[in-house]
Order: sequence, then structure tokens, then C-alpha cells
Amino acid sequence: MSATEEQVDHIKQAVERWNAGPVAKLLAKFPEQRAKFVTASDRQVERLYAPEAATIDRYAEKLGLPGEYPFTRGVQPTMYRGRFWTMRQYAGFATAEESNQRYRYLLEQGTTGLSVAFDLPTQIGYDSDDPMAAGEVGKVGVAIDSLADMETLLDGIPLDRISTSMTINATAAVLLAMYIAVGEKQGVPPEKLNGTIQNDILKEYIARGTYRFPPGPSLRLISDIFAYCTEKVPNFNTISISGYHIREAGSTAAQEIGFTLADAICYVDTALQAGLKVDDFAPRLAFFFAAHSDLFEEAAKFRAARRLYARIMKERFGAVNPKSLMLRFHTQTGGVTLTAQQPDNNVVRVTIQALAAVLGGTQSLHTNSKDEAMALPTEESVTVALRTQQLIAYESGVTNTVDPLAGSFYVEKLTDDLEVEAEGIIKLIDARGGMVAAIEQGFVQKQIEESAYRYGQSIDNGERVIVGVNKFTGDEPPTINLFEVPESTTQRQLDKLRGVRASRDVARVEAALAAVKQAAVGSENLMPPILAAVRAYATVGEICSTLAGVFGEFSESTN
Amino acid sequence: MNAAVKPRILIGKPGLDGHDRGAKYVAQILRDAGFEVIYTGIRRSPEQIVDTAVQEDVAAIGLSLLSGAHLALFTRVLELLHDRGADDIVVFGGGTIPPKDIPRLKEMGVAEVFTPGTPARQIVAAIDDCLLHHSVM
Repeated sequence: MSATEEQVDHIKQAVERWNAGPVAKLLAKFPEQRAKFVTASDRQVERLYAPEAATIDRYAEKLGLPGEYPFTRGVQPTMYRGRFWTMRQYAGFATAEESNQRYRYLLEQGTTGLSVAFDLPTQIGYDSDDPMAAGEVGKVGVAIDSLADMETLLDGIPLDRISTSMTINATAAVLLAMYIAVGEKQGVPPEKLNGTIQNDILKEYIARGTYRFPPGPSLRLISDIFAYCTEKVPNFNTISISGYHIREAGSTAAQEIGFTLADAICYVDTALQAGLKVDDFAPRLAFFFAAHSDLFEEAAKFRAARRLYARIMKERFGAVNPKSLMLRFHTQTGGVTLTAQQPDNNVVRVTIQALAAVLGGTQSLHTNSKDEAMALPTEESVTVALRTQQLIAYESGVTNTVDPLAGSFYVEKLTDDLEVEAEGIIKLIDARGGMVAAIEQGFVQKQIEESAYRYGQSIDNGERVIVGVNKFTGDEPPTINLFEVPESTTQRQLDKLRGVRASRDVARVEAALAAVKQAAVGSENLMPPILAAVRAYATVGEICSTLAGVFGEFSESTN
Repeated sequence: MNAAVKPRILIGKPGLDGHDRGAKYVAQILRDAGFEVIYTGIRRSPEQIVDTAVQEDVAAIGLSLLSGAHLALFTRVLELLHDRGADDIVVFGGGTIPPKDIPRLKEMGVAEVFTPGTPARQIVAAIDDCLLHHSVM
């Protein structure tokens, strides 16, 4: 027994005595509020946590130092003492004109990066005049049909200085090509562009639903992007492997880590099979997680994810570049935790969640607005959400030291337990033949659905309290101004699209689309022909239907 | 009410919206309440949803939408039901629906709209009510 183990043993004995003595006596008179205490993810929580010897005896292996393997304490040595996280508010609606104005407003208010929300037709690869786009144009994000829209969207925004995150998956190659093309027009070469494309198709099959092509060709597109960007757009994060939507769909915190890292493993495997070298592309892999309200569990989740990922990249894939081992992540507060009832309460929820993300060492953060259980946010509510981040950064003091929760007996135990559980989930996926097979079997979807059902039931039966929803409810209807997408949006977008189609060089478009088709049939990298098509003002819909003609369309099977 | 006589309900996701947590949850609580529930899966056209509803002879259709396209897509489903002479099918809906759209949806013929946070028992009771009321008419 080590000296630490001996000391820890004494403390544990003292805790046992305390539980059996004074606590038991007190409980006889004053029972605790519930028989069992659990986290938001149903993890049982003890009354009191005692130190673990391993935290000291295996300190280097479990925690290490910030900026060093296994990165449990953070990916940079000085963290927020050096620079705050990027304050990046996801935004986009109606046409490129309106969204451009919102971005300029957000930058004036102190956001430090852009985050583009595209409408569903753009995300799935339908033009605004496609029958499939009916009712959806400009609704959940901005409508982008061609390079002309992207030029308007980014007008006056210096792409060599502002980093842009684009939530785009099935059609990521097309939108990335448009971003590169706008950069060219601004005189910014691709190697100077900074930003992120989400490009995470696996979680679309699992939880988010904006897939277009089947898994095989979708993974090929992703590998093509990795290869192309490694050479030509080296500062772009080529993927943002997302647990956020898995969590939104109902997973637990451990499932969020486990399924997300299992997705990461699949992407790395695919790229290796395509002949890439792990240390060439892995430094550009980024992550995206949710932050929910269970403060300590969420902060521990980020720490556990960092440690587990570092180990996977080192031990499973033999990566040696420290940047390949770092899990860098964006966080968004939990959309699903917002309530339509008493919407002001959401400001408080978002504060707790944002704090969890910062305590967990996030690299960038989106804070939700209070009105988002009902509609897209108003400018006013987005401003409060942004101010919440600024308050945490400048007033709360939590940024003054690196990894301030380290050494909390509870947080370290949560970190350990979440890592073990997530690793177990990855083993389950491995046993099913990897993530694509597990998705095709419906395994991942089913696991998430079951967690969502348990969570919903715990609210419906009152075991779990949601303030303003199943307790402390009020009668008064919410009087709140909600944002509305202008009714004229669809017509204006259709007019613009018609104008583009009428003014472009049709022969050039046709030749470019033929080249896209040829590349899709063969095995050459798809990015150069897609970029050429984009430059010729081929539309998102034209490029994607060309690809779908070769790749086929994916459709969810239901039971 | 005897579980065996409870009617069949279709839960549908019209349009391009992929958020199906609510749809799946409502499908399950209705099953728990004894209904036979068919879930369409995501990204179905109004035509596909109405075809399935008519083929499966459902008593009600629940439409879930979080993309803001509810006015366009719920309207289309109601039109198609009318065209098919299937007006007797009760239509209810849910999702991120702004309060001010709810009266408009009800005028169009949507029987009930359930916004986020509506308790399961309230949803089940409202649907029981709608179907009972409907069958009496």
C-alpha cells in the first residue's frame, strides 16, 4: 500500500464512521429529500466523495498538465489566461442579405467568430425552387443556392481575419468550395482561411437527419475533404465531430462521449484506408458537444472526453503529433433544455450550462437565447445570450486559473466514471463491426431513443423537476416578442435564383457538372471539380443531384 | 377505455426537419396509453403521410415539426386529406410552434397543438377527447 493509499484509506474509514454514526442518527429524524440522488444522466450520486489515491499516485497518467498528454486539464497551457474561448453565435435566416446584417451586428456586439446556420434545403442539397424545399426556404437558417448568395452572405466580412464555422454536413464539400471561392474574390488565398465545417455525416444518420447520400459515398466525400484541405486549406477544421445532436436527441452524457468518439474512430479509419497519414489530418479534427444543466457532470464530461480521445489517438492509431491527440471542441448550451413556459428562466439555464462549458475548457461557445423553444431568436435575446458569455469571461473569475475544478473529489470521480462508461460504449460499437454497421443495425438510434424515453418519463412522473414545466408553474401566458422570418423570403430567394440561372454561362455549368459526375464515378478527389462548378455558379441543388445520380439517395428505414 | 378498442394513430414528420425526439416520445406515450401507433420516420412529404394514413385507416395523424414550416406543411396535409375524402381523420400537431400560429392552425382544422413541455398525460387526454368527440359527431 502506497503512502497515499494509506492516507486515503484513513479518510474512507472516517467517512464510513461518519455515515454509520452522526449521519444515520440524523437520517432517522430527518430523512433526505429523496432515497436516491441522480445526475441529469441518471448517474447515482453519493452523499459525500472522498479522495482517491490514484489522483495523486497516477497523477501524470490521469491528469497531467494543461497542454500536455492526456490533456485532461485542457488543451492549452494557459487556457483563458491567454485568450478567452471564441464567442460564436450560430445564426442565419431568410436570405443572404438579412443574415449578413445579423453577422455584422453580432461582430459589432463583440462576437469573435461567425457561425452560419443554413436552411434545410441547403443542408440537404435542394435548390430553393425544388418541390422538396416547399415551406422550408430560409426558415431554420439562410438559403444558399449559388455562389452569388455566398458572396452576399460574406459581404464586408474579412475572411482572412474572421473564422467561420459552417453547420453543413451532407453538402459540406459544396459550401466549403463556395467559401473558398468567396475568399478568392476577396483576395484571400485558401491557405489563409480559418474556420470549421461540421462535415459529420454519421451523426446525421444517428440523430440530426440532414443526410442525402448513403454512408459509403458520404464517407468518401469526407475523406476527399480531409485530403484536399490538408494540402490547400491547412487552417480549416475539416470536421466537427458532434455529440451535440446525439445529446439533443436524448442520449446521456456518457453516450454523448461514447458515440461521438466512436464516430471519430470511423472517420480516422476511413481516412487511413484512403491512404492518409494520421498526423497529417488528425490535427484538424475538431469536436462539438452540448452543455446541459448538471454543472459538475457536464464539466467532468469534457475532461473525460479529452482524456479518452488522447488515449485512443495515441494507442489505437499511433498518432504522435500532440495536436493529433488534443480534443478541441465547440460547445452549445442544450437547446432541448429550453422551455416554452416562463422563457426568462432559460437565461438562467443557459448561464449554468455556459459555465459548465467554460469550467470544462471549451474552445468556443454558443449560448442559446431564451426564446428558442418557440422560434429563432430575436436580436435582443441573442444579445443577452452573448452578454452571458461575456459576463462569465470578465466577471465570474472562473477564467483566472486553468481547470479550476481539478482535484474536486466529486468531479474527478465523475470524470473517471464517465470515461469508463464511454469507453464501454465504444467497445459495444466495435463489437458490432464499427459505427456504420451499428447505425445500419439501428443500435445507436435505439439506445438514444431509450435514454430519451427514460428522461421524458422522469419528467412526466415528476421524479425530475423542470422549473416552470412540472413545478412552480404559473397561469399567465408568456408575453414575448418572437422573431419571424419575413414572408417575402421565399419569393425574393426564387427571384435571385432565377436571375443567376439566366445570367451564367450555361455551357460552362454543364461542363463543370459533367466533370463532377465523372469524378464521382471514378475515385479522384471531388473537391477540385466541385470548386470549378461552384465558380461557374452551378447551384447546390445541381451539384448534389449530380452526385446523387451516381451515389444514390439515403432514406431512413422505420419499423 | 379498453386498450383493445383504441384506434390507430399515425405520427408523421413532414418536410425536411430531422428532429424526431418529440415525435418518437409522443409515439411511445400513445403506445403506452394503448393506441396502436405508426411512425413514418423523418423527411416524409405530405403526400406520403396522407397515403399512409389512408392505407392504414388511422383515426388521427400527429404531425411534428421544429423547422418553422408548419403553416405550409400542415396546410398541405389538411388539403390532401380533404381531396382524398378523409376529412374524418383528426389532425394534431406539435413542435416549436410560436403561440401566435396556434389559432391559425386551429382555424385550418388542426384539432390540437402541443408545444414543448406539454405533459404526456395531457397529450393522451386531449387525443382521447378529440377522438371521442369526433366519433360522436
